[in-house]
Amino acid sequence: MPSGYPMIATPQNRETSVADPLLKSFERLEKSRGEESPSWVFPVRKAGLARFAETGFPTLRDEDWLYTNVAPIANLPFQPILDFAPRDVASGSVDQLPLGKLGGVRLVFVNGSFVSDLSVLPQKNSRLRVENLKTALIKEPNLLEMHFAKSARVDDNPFTALNTAFFQDGAFVHATPDSTLEEPIVLFFISTATGLGNTSHPRNLILAENGSRLTVLECYAQIGEPTGFTNAVTEVVVGESAAVEYCKFQDESPEAFHVASIHAHLGARCNFTAHSVATGARLSRNNIRVKMDGEASDCVLNGLYLTKGDQLCDHHMIVEHAKPHCTSHEYFNGIMDGRSRGVFHGRILVRPEAQKTDAKQTNKNLLLSDGATANTKPQLEIYADDVKCTHGATIGQLNDDSIFYLRARGIGLETARRMLIHAFAGEIVERIQCAAARKELDDLIWDRLEQNPHVAERR
Amino acid sequence: MSIERLIRNPFMLEIRNLHAGVEGRAILKGVNLIIRPGEVHAVMGPNGSGKSTLAQILAGREGYDVSEGEVLYGEKNLLEMDPEERAREGVFLAFQYPVEIPGVNSTYFLKAALNEIRKHKGLAELDAVEFLALVKQKMKLLDLGEDLLKRPVNEGFSGGEKKRNEIFQMAVLEPKLAILDETDSGLDIDALKIVSNGVNRLKRPDNAQLLITHYQRLLNYIVPDHVHVLFDGRIVRSGGRQLALELEEKGYDWIIREEPQFA
Repeated sequence: MPSGYPMIATPQNRETSVADPLLKSFERLEKSRGEESPSWVFPVRKAGLARFAETGFPTLRDEDWLYTNVAPIANLPFQPILDFAPRDVASGSVDQLPLGKLGGVRLVFVNGSFVSDLSVLPQKNSRLRVENLKTALIKEPNLLEMHFAKSARVDDNPFTALNTAFFQDGAFVHATPDSTLEEPIVLFFISTATGLGNTSHPRNLILAENGSRLTVLECYAQIGEPTGFTNAVTEVVVGESAAVEYCKFQDESPEAFHVASIHAHLGARCNFTAHSVATGARLSRNNIRVKMDGEASDCVLNGLYLTKGDQLCDHHMIVEHAKPHCTSHEYFNGIMDGRSRGVFHGRILVRPEAQKTDAKQTNKNLLLSDGATANTKPQLEIYADDVKCTHGATIGQLNDDSIFYLRARGIGLETARRMLIHAFAGEIVERIQCAAARKELDDLIWDRLEQNPHVAERR
Repeated sequence: MSIERLIRNPFMLEIRNLHAGVEGRAILKGVNLIIRPGEVHAVMGPNGSGKSTLAQILAGREGYDVSEGEVLYGEKNLLEMDPEERAREGVFLAFQYPVEIPGVNSTYFLKAALNEIRKHKGLAELDAVEFLALVKQKMKLLDLGEDLLKRPVNEGFSGGEKKRNEIFQMAVLEPKLAILDETDSGLDIDALKIVSNGVNRLKRPDNAQLLITHYQRLLNYIVPDHVHVLFDGRIVRSGGRQLALELEEKGYDWIIREEPQFA
């Protein structure tokens, strides 16, 4: 093993061989990149690698990973997808994907690599810059250095560290001060790779400067039946009085693994709304981190997860109130079927300075089968005395009173059940402000639920 | 309804010796009641007498065990029908506690309900335009704002709005037999007048209403043809409107004392 590189620990054996492919990949990547990247990138990557070497993959002993066993990911052969990965996707096929009907600016990444032929960039002299991260690093090294890996700290979680070491490409979205973009920007991350352990590390940076307004949609989808691992990181910097709506739709193949970490940094009087809608992947984990670092800001996090079969979907939120007069609301609904599991873990951290914090958290779970599981863990950590923090969680089946009420008006049992299940999902979807995205996700979720044999089943 | 049919089967609802309970506890202990088209009946009684249980069983709520007796609705055995079948056949329960259903839009819900009933009657389903025209007309009857239709069913409604919404649904669905379970509870006098006025205007020679109430107050506004006193799971006295006034004056104790089995 070359000196200067740390050992990588794994949950099975802290001295094992995962280190070698990781290090080899890292060295190979380093060589292949050469002089293109600005010089500050390599130390950042190395810090990511060092951090991951220290922690290894998390285990069930780790409090933040109590319900989610990532051993299936840790056990994969480590195969980062490099630039030579296939990226041949027919141009029409992107339009067939979820959110594919939306026009306007879009960036398309196939197995982690940017495909410019499939992408639509904004017009020149626009006050909005949207390009792939690799290009942006060359053109704007100083601007990126100010923000890159600042919100997404490598010590937040091992997957963010791993992404920081190995990120290939991703989107850079930059809204200049006071600019407004009505149309959403859509980022597609398409997996086609079928090799076991094939891993892509998309890395996005969204920079909304003071007073700007924009909407960014991320869609993680598949073409074919890929079995790979996606480990994405998105950093969002929301400037003073800016408004950002961010919506992530994860619809990967039921054999795929998916981890995504969203790290948002909020300035004063801004508004950040994030939605995470998850239907795909065998195992998925969303780390959502929001640091409210300016006064009087408003943050809303919404989540909807539908799982069936042996799927596991985990959402892990940390909302940090660092300044006074901020509000944060979290609304997460899960619908679980088969032997699947949905996990919600929401921590609200209120710093001593953050007086007049108003934080609210709601997680509702609907179990459609006897084998399905929901884990919900609210966590309040409050160091200020003048705050309002509430949380509530429910796990259950459809409400008998509601079913009876509908039936007593002539609506049949099956229809009543379907109405209530769709309504449960709709509670979250209707919170999406971007009308085009809401409409498309509403249709998609409706179709997914209708495909579920238990939705209209007579008990 | 033809004269012949009226002669052959003049009863809209016939409850015969109904015994029912929950988890081994008897609540109804032999209820007999006959309702004919065009009639308004009031069932009164103190708390715990079984009034709401009777309403729930008639609407088809699960969880009650019927151990004896039967309920005929026209020529059909009501207790064998699913709740939705009863509704489609014209039975309507105005709930004592209308259920809030987040995420289900009021218009969508009521249109689905009406079209199920119309389908059952062999009538064409109403499209969105036809439905809205009907609804606007019926809303005036209950003095309800149109914004209510855009909201989820009963969600965030005040107590009065919920009760008015029940009667509004009744106006749209036009049932043959409407059962109003404590519709007066929680209403102030103005809301009570609006609700009662709505109910009275829905009265027709071919439909009937069964009012379940604790207090006489409602009967100042909806005048019943028959008043029944339910006590300990049995109808212990029936009479005309005068009976309700006597109850108002003397309370329930007076009747209970006069009943041989309780004396």
